[in-house]
Amino acid sequence: MKGQEIMSDQNSIIKVENLKRTFVVGSEEVHALKGLSFDIYKGEFVSIMGSSGSGKSTLLNILGCLDQPTSGEYYIDGIAVRERSKNELSEIRNRKIGFVFQSYNLLPRTSALENVELPLVYNPDVSHSERREKAQYALEMVGLKDRMEHMPNQLSGGQQQRVAIARALVNDPVIVLADEATGNLDTRTSYEIMSLFQNLHEQGKTIAFVTHETDIAVFTTRTIFLRDGRVLRDDPVETKSALEALKALPVDNDY
Amino acid sequence: MDILNLIRISGKALLRNKTRSALSMLGIVIGIAAVIAVVNLGEGLKQSTANQLSDMGTNLIMVMRSNQRRGGVSMGSSNVQSLKVKDCDAIADCAKNVTMVSPVVSASGQLVNGSKNWSGTAYGGSPDYLAIKKYEIATGVNFTDEDVRKYAKVGLIGQTIVEELFDEDEDPIGKTIRLGSMPIKVIGTLKEKGENNMGMDQDDIIIMPFSTVQKRMLGQDFIQQIVCSAASEDVAEAAVAEIEVILRDMHKIPVGGTDDFDVRTQQEMLEMMNSLTGTITTVLIAIALISLLVGCIGIMNIMYVTVTERTKEIGLRMSIGAKNSAILMQFLTESIILSLIGGILGMILGVGLSYIVAMVMSLPFAVNGVWMIISFVSCAVLGLISGFFPALKASQTDPINALRYE
Repeated sequence: MKGQEIMSDQNSIIKVENLKRTFVVGSEEVHALKGLSFDIYKGEFVSIMGSSGSGKSTLLNILGCLDQPTSGEYYIDGIAVRERSKNELSEIRNRKIGFVFQSYNLLPRTSALENVELPLVYNPDVSHSERREKAQYALEMVGLKDRMEHMPNQLSGGQQQRVAIARALVNDPVIVLADEATGNLDTRTSYEIMSLFQNLHEQGKTIAFVTHETDIAVFTTRTIFLRDGRVLRDDPVETKSALEALKALPVDNDY
Repeated sequence: MDILNLIRISGKALLRNKTRSALSMLGIVIGIAAVIAVVNLGEGLKQSTANQLSDMGTNLIMVMRSNQRRGGVSMGSSNVQSLKVKDCDAIADCAKNVTMVSPVVSASGQLVNGSKNWSGTAYGGSPDYLAIKKYEIATGVNFTDEDVRKYAKVGLIGQTIVEELFDEDEDPIGKTIRLGSMPIKVIGTLKEKGENNMGMDQDDIIIMPFSTVQKRMLGQDFIQQIVCSAASEDVAEAAVAEIEVILRDMHKIPVGGTDDFDVRTQQEMLEMMNSLTGTITTVLIAIALISLLVGCIGIMNIMYVTVTERTKEIGLRMSIGAKNSAILMQFLTESIILSLIGGILGMILGVGLSYIVAMVMSLPFAVNGVWMIISFVSCAVLGLISGFFPALKASQTDPINALRYE
């Protein structure tokens, strides 16, 4: 990447400084983010919480390089994101970031394997065979080794989200950004997905998880709480194990 | 992003919507098929004209009497008596590029054989007349120069006359028939030649020595036409020039004066015919091109719908790192693939269609290669044009909104 700026703090994957984002709606200015500053370090599992209107989505769009801040600085993996061209942002998204969405966003009528391959399609450095190998490995990591050729409509919601997670991992990103990734799932499946995220975290992945559910945030290691475009709290979490929470759930699979 | 990858991505997207892809292709298929069919039929028509004209004679050159004005009054070509037998002899003696010459005089009359009769036309010529006009003898023999000198009452008859005047098992050779009041001995029959491209039956003919027709039947000293054969197609123009010089000299036409004759080659007649079929073909191609245009609008329409329907897919692709240009290229490639496949299918359909029509209309079947290439290239171009604006729209999608699009 051109003009790479190495920061003094090597462990900081994400660094935001006095981040502001203002939207102009008609003649009115809406201040969605009013000066945020925080760091996310390598190997952290951070939940970003807040009620609707707190600026979560705006922050996520900026962290995901889909949007640019009005002012303030944002560094990802030491690269200053501000003033980058659209194409450079695309490249950052392709190499540095893995997205997991609430509604999975898998391509219909396309096999799990091909869905997972998709980010690598846009990376000319990855050959066809390498792409297949990496996608297979990513699917193994999320426990879908025997579902590779299945179409999304042949998979359950939890399995579809696992495919989406595999897709987010396949390019070996510096951070995985999850946007309400358990929002469409029932409690049991949500816990299964959180357990998967905890596994990935243990393997050293850096994850930022946007949610509004406190019982999901307890599975992370740190919570950044937003209110009205500002950081309200930024606390470490007494992490609970999702696997144990899963075991504690009443067994009611006989309905 | 390399081209192979691009084609794979676009191909997969098209395969996800097989029915829609097929339907949007249909417009192009029909448009190209129509163009190719019309072009090929036009080509076939051209070839059939050429074949029939070459059937008319061997490197044929025709000398006709031309319309003349005397004191400002148009005489009408049939009243012009300028061509004489001695003109023929002069051409035969002096024109180096002419191999065969024959005068032509014709007279119509009632042909009678016993109880049967038929209204026919007798053509008088020299013994070379058959070779010049590409008539072949089926049975019997040709008449000779001796017959010409003697005004012999002999003739060769075409198959139509054979059928009309004789019974099936009857041999016409040696029989005497009557043309008007003159008895004629049949010395030969001609092989069947069919209709010419003007719909004239070339077998409804009786060929006789010109002297017999000219003196015994018509009692005139002029002739109606001279037909010649050039030594080869290449010297046809030179032969025409020679004939013109000889005839001007014979007719004592001063330099700058108006010729009282008209010399035409087979090639010129072919060009005249082709200019007519060419006009018809051009009009039909224009109509076919309109249907091709409609096909393109169809593709553009479907591509717009596709882009809107796949907003979420576009948002996802952008969020995982597809550049705007990659999205643009993907949708452009989709529309080019659509129109190219449509074009190829249309070509196959068009060739098939023109084959069937050629068979039904008994025209020669021909494929115009140039137009095949033109169609293929224009399909690619049309795909590019009709796909461009939808693809541009796709590439300008805002990924944030697109990801939330329901």
